Amino acid sequence: MDVGQLQRQLVDYTASLFNEKGFLDDQFTQLQQLQDENNPDFAVEVVSLFFEDSDKLLNDLARVLEQGSVDFRRVDVHVHQLKGSSSSIGAQRVKNVCIAFRNYCEEQNAEECLRCLQQVKHEYTLVKNKLETLFRLEQQILAAGGSIPMME
Amino acid sequence: MAVSYSSSSSKEMDYGEEPHVLAVDDSLIDRKLIEKLLKNSACKVTTAENGPRALEYLGLGDEQPDNLKSSASKINLIITDYCMPGMTGYELLKKIKESSTMKEIPVVIMSSENIPTRINKCLEEGAQEFMLKPLQQSDVKKLRCHMLKFSKPCNSRLCLGR
Repeated sequence: MDVGQLQRQLVDYTASLFNEKGFLDDQFTQLQQLQDENNPDFAVEVVSLFFEDSDKLLNDLARVLEQGSVDFRRVDVHVHQLKGSSSSIGAQRVKNVCIAFRNYCEEQNAEECLRCLQQVKHEYTLVKNKLETLFRLEQQILAAGGSIPMME
Repeated sequence: MAVSYSSSSSKEMDYGEEPHVLAVDDSLIDRKLIEKLLKNSACKVTTAENGPRALEYLGLGDEQPDNLKSSASKINLIITDYCMPGMTGYELLKKIKESSTMKEIPVVIMSSENIPTRINKCLEEGAQEFMLKPLQQSDVKKLRCHMLKFSKPCNSRLCLGR
């Protein structure tokens, strides 16, 4: 595939993540725009931090929710953190599940919290795959000598 | 090797050098983001992961005598997250405003939650502004008018805010 084709593929792919399914929101664009010659890998670095952070948070959440007597305050702290980081990188669907999750925390509804955990894991896995694909496409373009087209 | 974007055009900048911002947030991701946003706005940035560390940097730590001038040089603005474990941004704001040495430094509070009572509480305690996370470049640009200028006396700034 030539660079032009790769670039078109990237543009289309990125657009689909925003428009059709709402995986990403404007905050992701902001993140990409923060990249410059001094920090060419900024977006990837921040998203990688998000992956690391989220993996840990999801594990912690599973553990806390497995307890006989659920410590909802702890659950809330973790969900709040996940909500914050997903919001910061533009992972809209993850963030939205976190909002619902926090409401159930407040209600101390363990069953619904568990359901939210499953949902958030699902959304997280989806967006993680999408972002990894996106970054892979970018790498392919760069390797082929092209430049990354900037999203509006 | 990196060109410093700040030193070239100094139209609005009569700081002599780049303004120095202290950014406080318990989230590493958010610290990285705010740091980049601020650097893009030609600011020098120091980050702290919590209130106590921020206070230490300012020379207001528990262990430090009051008259110790920290080597932190001059901070033109402090921007802090509200929700932090241990000391909240609000509590940090209060401590700063209670300090004879640091109370003049403008403090901006950030939060992911739009809670009017929270916002009012902070503004009443002397916060310059309350900003909703996630911050964008345009938000950070607006911070310039809040920054403390050391070269000139502290007149009230013609800042129209948000």
